[in-house]
Amino acid sequence: MLKIKDLTATVGDKEILRGITLTVNAGEVHAIMGPNGSGKSTLAQVLAGHPGYAVTGGTVEYEGKDLLDMEPEERAHAGLFLAFQYPVEIPGVSNAYFLRTAYNEIRKARGAEEVDPMDFLDIMTEKLKMVEMDESMLQRSVNAGFSGGEKKRNEILQMAVLEPRLAILDETDSGLDIDALRVVADGVNKLRREDNATIVVTHYQRLLNYIVPDFVHVLAGGRIVKSGGKELAHELEAKGYDWLVEPAGVSA
Amino acid sequence: MSVEAREAREAREAREARVAVYRRQWSEPIDGPAWLRVLRAESMARFEAHGFPTQKNEDWHFTNPAPILEGAFGAMKPALGTLTAVDIAAFKLSESDWPTLVFVNGRYAPHLSRVDTLPSGVRVMNLASALHEEPTLLEHYLGRIASFEGQAFAFSSLNTALMKDGAFLHVARDTNVETPIQLVYVSDAGAEGGVSYPRNLFVVERNALVSVVEQYVTTDDARYFTDSVTEAVIGDGATLRHYRVQREGRRAFHVGHVETTQGRDSHYVSFSFAAGGLLSRTNVYTRLAGEGCGATLNGLYMIDGDQLCDHQTRIEHVAPNCYSREMYKGVLDGSSHGVFNGKVYVHPEAQKTDGKQTNNTLLLSDRARIDTKPQLEIFADDVKCTHGATVGQIDDRMAFYMKSRGVGAETARQLLTYAFAADVLETIELDELRESLEKGALERFTS
Ligand SMILES: Nc1ncnc2c1ncn2[C@@H]1O[C@H](COP(=O)(O)OP(=O)(O)OP(=O)(O)O)[C@@H](O)[C@H]1O
Ligand SMILES: [Mg+2]
Repeated sequence: MLKIKDLTATVGDKEILRGITLTVNAGEVHAIMGPNGSGKSTLAQVLAGHPGYAVTGGTVEYEGKDLLDMEPEERAHAGLFLAFQYPVEIPGVSNAYFLRTAYNEIRKARGAEEVDPMDFLDIMTEKLKMVEMDESMLQRSVNAGFSGGEKKRNEILQMAVLEPRLAILDETDSGLDIDALRVVADGVNKLRREDNATIVVTHYQRLLNYIVPDFVHVLAGGRIVKSGGKELAHELEAKGYDWLVEPAGVSA
Repeated sequence: MSVEAREAREAREAREARVAVYRRQWSEPIDGPAWLRVLRAESMARFEAHGFPTQKNEDWHFTNPAPILEGAFGAMKPALGTLTAVDIAAFKLSESDWPTLVFVNGRYAPHLSRVDTLPSGVRVMNLASALHEEPTLLEHYLGRIASFEGQAFAFSSLNTALMKDGAFLHVARDTNVETPIQLVYVSDAGAEGGVSYPRNLFVVERNALVSVVEQYVTTDDARYFTDSVTEAVIGDGATLRHYRVQREGRRAFHVGHVETTQGRDSHYVSFSFAAGGLLSRTNVYTRLAGEGCGATLNGLYMIDGDQLCDHQTRIEHVAPNCYSREMYKGVLDGSSHGVFNGKVYVHPEAQKTDGKQTNNTLLLSDRARIDTKPQLEIFADDVKCTHGATVGQIDDRMAFYMKSRGVGAETARQLLTYAFAADVLETIELDELRESLEKGALERFTS
């Protein structure tokens, strides 16, 4: 589904991604962990097409297409979704209007009929229940004045409505209390299917108790320095990252 | 004669010719009460003495009024009389029976108006009738609130000298008027080449509350000039919500001056929406004269093409413990030109003043231009006053967030433009007006 090869990226003249290679197949869940500032969000943003990062080398193939050649909205149309580490506030645009616009633009791009506001409301009602969000949130401006946890939940709501094929969750668990964490994890698990995949960026093992990964990767200094199964997450929880990021330990 | 002397003479002659256009509309007042005749004559004399401002005048620094004067607008011809209630319905904000005064090309149109639904304690009538019915109030307030001194206020002097009609509103003390009052100034094809002088006076007595919507609209694409003045007295503990909607034609000129004086613990809530006119200037002035009062001055201008839209506000903190809140936003496209000048004066006695002003402009084209000038003059020491201005394009972070959800670049741009405008429209408490303006903005920005 996703094949990243030797990906390098810079912001300004600073090299942040220094050769990432990673393959994600349909049906898999990958966790990416790693110290602060190691480039996890950068990787996520580059995959989503953020114009602030310059890709300087490598390739990314998504479902057989050159992902890096696609506009951010085209990537979304093709089923890519990024839950932002820091969701953006958009005062003046209601959540409901925004989501319906996004939903319909994706449908349009796929040659499907647009849905009218009433039918969309039915879809929303069901998804709201899934993430245990109050209906009143729909009338509020996108993320404006939302608490940290509400913003994260709103990301999952968007994901639930847009039903992506490849979802990247960038620290969606940070700042969530234990109940919210379960809601978010349940949401992700309900959306898990044979034909879609998830990349979970996190610092905490606790999320991985709910969303059980097939693979765990450690990103440090812009490279994947170690990959393993779910037990790697436990090891990291116990030992931290130091044993991996020491120069001697970097073998990539 | 030297070149300089000839140029000076030509400039003087041009100036005199411009004044003469308006002088011709004037005749020595023979009817009406003595005080009114004096007021008119004095205003004409003041106007003739100063003439029109040029950009050398500080208050007109960014806006050149010359195109208005070159228009040489003459006295308005009588309305064609073809406008019907159906035409007017398009401008009404509510199906229900809001008291409504309609003026066509500056003249009162009783057959299009309705004042039979007035709640008790409220008087609404055209100014000409009020001269007979409320002579004492008029003598007391008309022409006593608005600023006239100097060249900067030439258009207000002119209005006072040549005014024919307008709206008079009186709200008795302790009256809470639940239905808004609508004033509709509409121009039709008959306005071509003419100038009108709408004149409004609102007197809101102690502890009363009222909302007024003052609209300037058109049914035609005529070239005309509206020179309006609105004065308001807000009594102790009273609230006036004043919504001004300027949607003149795209070839029209508009200069409007609003000025209020506020008593103790009173509130003035003003919203100025401006989207019409080739050249428009709106002044909103308020004087916080009594202790503990508050003023909220918000506005939105949306222009494109060759439009110029100028707002000048003045908040004068005279008494202590008052607050003022001001938020003006502009969306400029094409080669349009926006001007915002926000003055805040804090008198030495006005301690504990709490003032906040912002002006944010969104430029949709690189040919559009904004001149924004906050002007704070503070003479008291214990005050909290802030101001800020931003000029920018669409927020990249917001645009990327939307695109990452599948929203196309153009749709994202349109939605964010709408959102920028909607943010200030949300402050309008009158649902019917807010919804109408939001709908208009949505249609305009998301085609
Ligand atoms: N726009 C930017 N301008 C300058 N530096 C940037 C920018 N974006 C990221 N960086 C830098 O790139 C490095 C990687 O940042 P990134 O956000 O990808 O880290 P992260 O692994 O997600 O960290 P965290 O765990 O704290 O979220 C950091 O040193 C960061 O300061
Ligand atoms: Mg990060």
